[in-house]
Amino acid sequence: MTASILTVDDSASIRLTTRVALSNAGYQVTEAVDGMDGIAKLNAGQFDLIVTDLNMPNMDGLTMIRELRKMPAHMGVPVIFLTTESDSDLKQQAKAAGATGWLTKPFDPESLAKIVRKVLGK
Amino acid sequence: MSFPDPIAVFRTEAAELLEQIEAGLLDLNVNLGDKDQVDAVFRGLHTLKGSGAMFGFDALAAFTHHCETAFDRVRKGEVPATQELVTAVLEAKDHMRALIETPAGDHEAASEVLLANLRAAVEGAKNPGAAQTAGTVPAKTLFKIRFSLPQNAMANGTNPLPLLDELRELGECKIVADRSAIPSLDLLTPTDLHISWDVELLTAQPRSAIEDVFIFVMDEMQLDITAVEATAPAARASVKSEAAPSPQPVAATQDMAAAARAPTPASALTAPADTKPNKASENVRVPAEKLDELMDRVGELVIAQSRLSQLAGGSGDLQLRAVSEDVERLSGELRDTMMVLRMVPVAHLFSRFRRLVHDLAHETGKTIELITEGESTEVDKSVIERLADPLVHLVRNSCDHGLETPEERRAAGKPEAGRILLSARQQAGEVIITIKDDGRGINKDRVRAKAEASGLIPSGASLTDNELYQLIFQPGFSTAQQVTNLSGRGVGMDVVKRTIDALRGTINVASHPGQGSEISLAIPLTLAIIDGLLVRVGAGRYVIPLSAVEECLELSIEEDMRSRGRSFISLRDSLVPFLRLRDLFRTGTKPDPFQKVVVISTGAERVGLVVDQIIGDHQTVIKAMSKLHHDVATFSGATILGDGDVALILDVGHLVAEGQQQEAHLRAAG
Repeated sequence: MTASILTVDDSASIRLTTRVALSNAGYQVTEAVDGMDGIAKLNAGQFDLIVTDLNMPNMDGLTMIRELRKMPAHMGVPVIFLTTESDSDLKQQAKAAGATGWLTKPFDPESLAKIVRKVLGK
Repeated sequence: MSFPDPIAVFRTEAAELLEQIEAGLLDLNVNLGDKDQVDAVFRGLHTLKGSGAMFGFDALAAFTHHCETAFDRVRKGEVPATQELVTAVLEAKDHMRALIETPAGDHEAASEVLLANLRAAVEGAKNPGAAQTAGTVPAKTLFKIRFSLPQNAMANGTNPLPLLDELRELGECKIVADRSAIPSLDLLTPTDLHISWDVELLTAQPRSAIEDVFIFVMDEMQLDITAVEATAPAARASVKSEAAPSPQPVAATQDMAAAARAPTPASALTAPADTKPNKASENVRVPAEKLDELMDRVGELVIAQSRLSQLAGGSGDLQLRAVSEDVERLSGELRDTMMVLRMVPVAHLFSRFRRLVHDLAHETGKTIELITEGESTEVDKSVIERLADPLVHLVRNSCDHGLETPEERRAAGKPEAGRILLSARQQAGEVIITIKDDGRGINKDRVRAKAEASGLIPSGASLTDNELYQLIFQPGFSTAQQVTNLSGRGVGMDVVKRTIDALRGTINVASHPGQGSEISLAIPLTLAIIDGLLVRVGAGRYVIPLSAVEECLELSIEEDMRSRGRSFISLRDSLVPFLRLRDLFRTGTKPDPFQKVVVISTGAERVGLVVDQIIGDHQTVIKAMSKLHHDVATFSGATILGDGDVALILDVGHLVAEGQQQEAHLRAAG
């Protein structure tokens, strides 16, 4: 069974890059445009992994992670967040909120696929 | 003082060398660039050739010479190590064994064929791989890694299994989970992680590669990485120079070979018993029969001691009592020490499965990964010997029937390589050996169909899964439909069951369709001494193995009369058939007014044994019955009691079967 991944980002280009990278790696990808949309998608379905941006309108990534960790159906789902080199504070906050791993922007499709593989196993 | 026969000593030594060669070849097969293993194999072949020539095994020496030459070239980098070469030398190795066992036999034709294979493998290897070997092989380091993840790691999406897989990808890996911190069930939060892991990793990768595995959890976790030993270039140089072929005396070469062998990281990986390699010189090798002899003496001492205790107990002499108590304590300790001496790690037993699985993978065209765990678990030596055949059969079964072909596995969305896990652990006086595969699982419908077709169960009988699985161990359970050249070894599952029964062990089967099956054998740690329940029937005394005793009840005369002809007692709403041992043994005595029923069981089946008196528990040193009494099924052995009398030990399996048969008979009669 192919693993299903939710990618949450307000930037359409990042969403596209993510979708292409993960589809090519054989995953099924669902998109959400911000944290609020992400929670809605989570309520509607089951995902094996979530890739999310942190800075987003309506609901930011940190809040979304905290919310989803409260949802029994998504407690143990791995969450990878996208961050930049400079936000080491943010990284700690995201980890404290329950994120599993991170990927530093800018990223190349290959390293995203590699990290997803690392977290999901083969 | 007499010296041992040099030929016998050579044979023992040669057997060890062959094992060492085989282990080296198999390791090499996993990692063809492993220079240490190339050296190890070369050294083994070299020593074997040298000693063989010295003790008149000329054919062996000549034959081994060619293999040695081939490996010398690999060692020098003239020829790369290839799968073909490893396979050719593995086959040659089996031939060497034949040359050692029957040096006078006609082996020439076989030798020629094998040498031709070897030449072909060497020639084939020389050309395509030449570029590969030009590069140097990076030195490998043995890392000891201990780690535990944050307790909430799983709730936050970290799955430890991919981490372990990643470690496995770095190199040869031995992973042991420490489950000691798992709390009791009522305190357990299922999403919390309580396990920590100990990993021995032999890898050419740097430490940072290991740290990378844990990159996401690094800050919150405990991670302890120690490089145990690096194979430094200097050390390698010295190994090389001493292993160079030279006409020096054999004994000297051997010592050096042994010295060189000890610190290689691979030996620490494959045999945990070797974790203290430098202590090897403190070991004393003793022939097995001497140990058995010593065990016999200890057994007799225990018997003499219990006579002494009886005498002292009956006398008013306080000094005698004090001495007797001392002797009792000492002989108890001696017995325990003796038991420990007889214990050997299962590593040796497990190691032979690497070859078996390698060969089976070859024959079946499957990719099979064998993982062994708990090799340092110790079991009585006689138990180990008798476990070998059943285990071989079970592993064969897993390879042959359990695991699917790579195509089938791919279609089922599984990794192509099938996995067989062979593990051993101790649990309360028993050793649990588990053979687990991730294959297709046992097909319940087919088992049922076969059992019905062969009349083992009435059609449509309602059985639990466990009862159904146990059917595969029935003698009548025909496996004809599945026999292949692999499994057609004449050992059926019923023989597995019989051997395990004889070891007083139990078999448990679990299986999930599509996910694999798991067979666990629970075997008592030792066969020589058991805890028994001493009972009296008529004038004779008998021992019932305590492990089989469920409970003891009183059988009043009225109840006995009432149940006459219908030998059943009602035990908590279930009817348990019972056997009157007085009748069975034809004692011709009157029943005691207060007879007892001892309820014994094997697995799920129970039977009551009616005895006249329960005397008490008894440390029983088991003595085998003489050949004359070999076909007496009711007894499994005998023991000598404190007063010198002989008591026979009841064969629980047989009595339960008999009782159940009687029940079936009565039921059929209405």
